[in-house]
Amino acid sequence: MSVRLSPTAAIMRHGVLLITAAVVLVPFVWMVSLSLKPPGEIFRQHFSFLPEQWYAVQNYSKALTSAPLPRYMGNGVLVCAAILTLQILICAPCAYALAKLRFRGRDLIFGFVLIGLLLPHQVLSLPLFVLGYELGILNTYAALIFPFVVSPFGIFLFRQVFKTIPDDVVHAARLDGLSELGIVWKVMVPMALPAVIAFSIFSVVGHWNDLFWPLIAVRSESLMPPPLGIIAFANEQAGNDYGPLMAAATIVVLPLVVAFLAAQKWFVEGMTGGAVK
Amino acid sequence: MLACALAGPAVLLLFSLFFVPVIAVFVISLTDWQFGAPTFAFVGIANFREVLADEGFRASLLNTIVYVLIVVPGTVILGLAIAVLIESGRSLRALYRALHFLPFMATIAAMAIAWEALLHPTIGLVNQTFLAMGLPTANWLRDEVTALPVLAIIGIWQNLGFAMVLFLAGLKSIPRDLYDAAEIDGADRWLDRLCTVTLPMLNPVSMFVVIVVALRAFEAFDTIKVLTQGGPGHASDVLLYTLYRESFEYLRTGYGASVAVIFLAIVVALTLIQARAMDKRVHYQ
Amino acid sequence: MSNIHLHQITKSFGPTPVLRDVSLVIKDGEFLTLLGPSGCGKSTLLRILAGLEVQDSGSVWIGERPVDGVRPKLRDIAMVFQSYALYPHMTVGANMALPLRMRRLNAWQRLPILGWVVPGTRRVAAEIEAEVSRTAKALDIGHLLSRKPGQLSGGQRQRVAVGRAMVRHPAVFLMDEPLSNLDAKLRVQMRAEIKDLHRRLGVTFVYVTHDQAEAMTLSDRVAVMLEGELIQVAPPQEIYANPDDCRVAEFVGSPKINLLDSVVRERGSVDAVGTRFQLLSDAEPGTALTLGIRPEAFHLSDGGGVNTLTGAVRLIEHMGSDLFVHLDLAGLDHALIVRLTADRAPHIAPGQTLHLSVKPDRVLAFSRDGKRLRAAGPAEMCKVPSLRQFAL
Repeated sequence: MSVRLSPTAAIMRHGVLLITAAVVLVPFVWMVSLSLKPPGEIFRQHFSFLPEQWYAVQNYSKALTSAPLPRYMGNGVLVCAAILTLQILICAPCAYALAKLRFRGRDLIFGFVLIGLLLPHQVLSLPLFVLGYELGILNTYAALIFPFVVSPFGIFLFRQVFKTIPDDVVHAARLDGLSELGIVWKVMVPMALPAVIAFSIFSVVGHWNDLFWPLIAVRSESLMPPPLGIIAFANEQAGNDYGPLMAAATIVVLPLVVAFLAAQKWFVEGMTGGAVK
Repeated sequence: MLACALAGPAVLLLFSLFFVPVIAVFVISLTDWQFGAPTFAFVGIANFREVLADEGFRASLLNTIVYVLIVVPGTVILGLAIAVLIESGRSLRALYRALHFLPFMATIAAMAIAWEALLHPTIGLVNQTFLAMGLPTANWLRDEVTALPVLAIIGIWQNLGFAMVLFLAGLKSIPRDLYDAAEIDGADRWLDRLCTVTLPMLNPVSMFVVIVVALRAFEAFDTIKVLTQGGPGHASDVLLYTLYRESFEYLRTGYGASVAVIFLAIVVALTLIQARAMDKRVHYQ
Repeated sequence: MSNIHLHQITKSFGPTPVLRDVSLVIKDGEFLTLLGPSGCGKSTLLRILAGLEVQDSGSVWIGERPVDGVRPKLRDIAMVFQSYALYPHMTVGANMALPLRMRRLNAWQRLPILGWVVPGTRRVAAEIEAEVSRTAKALDIGHLLSRKPGQLSGGQRQRVAVGRAMVRHPAVFLMDEPLSNLDAKLRVQMRAEIKDLHRRLGVTFVYVTHDQAEAMTLSDRVAVMLEGELIQVAPPQEIYANPDDCRVAEFVGSPKINLLDSVVRERGSVDAVGTRFQLLSDAEPGTALTLGIRPEAFHLSDGGGVNTLTGAVRLIEHMGSDLFVHLDLAGLDHALIVRLTADRAPHIAPGQTLHLSVKPDRVLAFSRDGKRLRAAGPAEMCKVPSLRQFAL
């Protein structure tokens, strides 16, 4: 499509895209802008991006101290890491079995995986809540993690990628004396690394941003992941102290945005790969 | 057996975390069970009757459809336009892609709080700008006429970049030769090229994007929870928010399960249409 | 008259030069092939000629006018692509009609449904349909007009691509490796059809390929390109028998020409791999030369004397009517390859010692920088070998 554009067309292209990009960025800019301002400037009926009086230090330190924001972030990291680790540990061997081994019931299991792909997780929340209650793990880290330890999308994706690895590689690995689990971790997963990375990004982004399940699973502030924490913070502030609230929102959004800008290609791949779901 | 050992944990967990729960939802939706109650009885489709007769639920279903009908065309058309614009030149592609994709990455619960500030009736940028331009202002999120459309606009804002990258992938897969052939055949103006090659070649991708965006729109929850809690009244109540509120705030278990079943039916139908659309894509190869 | 003049064309992609000062005249009605390995710039040159790419400097003339900056649509050319570039969403008929529709109908008339009410649309559309079906019949694809390209075989798609180019009677046909996506058997058949098409239409064909057999069998003239430069433009036989450059000699011909390092002893006589060769050259004594001898230039002899090599047979490849014999020669680190007709060389076995002679006029001399050295005078003209060598 990229045929020579005439200079006017090229300028039009940049013009339109700069405008749409600017519009898309407005909420981010507004958020950061408010996080730098003292209350007096925020409630003034006149907008400027940069504050007259810099209030960033006060806002951000208040965000970090008056609410357990570091705790929320830590919870987010812990929960995402635990979910991702368990997902890979559980999905990769299953995907390997589905892709490379012949056994009775294989197609049936794959069918279950496909059905699992079809199910929106929110539909399962009620029975999972009951299950968590029966297990006595509600309002613990375990409650945040357990519904997600197996990912049908992970199994599906890994199986598709493992299938493209030639059988000969598996045979050679067996001749070299590797166990089946050894083949999974020392041959298949390293060879499918791009897919594993894409899945990891998909998983981490999804669970870092998830609000629905944490809302159901935990009540105590010390367990809240960032999205839930920021809402709790917002409710406490009752909408009057915008500076620290925007600072907190900025801090919550920042890790993924920075990671995204640093590894754009991987993120786009991971997030759109998830579109298959 | 070997395969059992490898696949076993995953299969076991799939069963206990996906299949048993989904069957449980169906069963609960047919009973009068309340969370915490020791016994239950089957009541047939009484829960569904109650749900469908409920003004609140009907409003919620209608709102969801309206929301989807705004978000899907808005997202798909804007995403397509931006993707075509980005791909039609060479400079700054990565930058534009990153900027437009940003909202899709960002934690929506936190961004909703930024939107709340933006839409604040007195200090919000939106009303300040509208005021300066002589346009009517409103308390956008507290007004029952504007609440849902504003949420839909936020939905478009959030998903636009996603549609864009899907279209970009589709555009990249159009063979260059086709544009060359079109140029030689005389379809050498931008609009001719668009109509002769780009749009027809994107047709299968577009179908896919429509469904994927529709699925995401049906699953809208975070912005509603943060910004309006379904209000004012039921003006911005959507299916997933109803599901959450009835199941976990009001603890109306049977009602919640029925909503879940209805929601599932819609999502499954859409996904099946998507699968058919994906099959159709093969025709063009 | 549609002579094509390419005048001092240069082109770089970023820092990489792809075309260096290429000048070429293509005569009206000629079948000219741009031959070269991939990456030599031949496709870029064709695309510049088509107007799909813009040269950095130099100019292109088609007929009496410069076409630099003229859109491809207005250059009176048609092009067949390697991938055929058929529009997958259109039927064969619509594919072939498109170039006519874009030219004869205006934007309003091309609108779906609405276009039909614009005056004149029906009449022009009917004309177009008639022309498409006439062309399709001529190419034997008349029965495929309502199919989509995805339902056609490779050969059928190729014909549709040719039909789309043919339907508007361009002055120049450009073909970019049109046969390389076909299997070997079909390729030979389509090669003959393209040759026939050129004969029937009588217009200029510019054909790009890396396949020397296609170049040799199809062309009136072959332009050999290497590393962005035009090395030699000549009829096929001339390219083969009388190359201007060592690289041309190496690129054309299979198996490859044998190259031997040598030093001139006296005028018309050189030493190479321990043998004295007589050849047609004026090079001064002491000059270092590269000798090029085609595998089929050798014939078996009794041994001894000038122009005769002696070596041990390393291996034999039977090709049916011919044998390729690989010989180990003292003082040569690679094998010498000799092509002998099977009936003349009945009892050759590995390990056996063979004596091979070559006539002086079949020894090509190249300077060390690859330029061909020719003797002055009429003796330079070489015997033209048959085209059988390319039939592989």
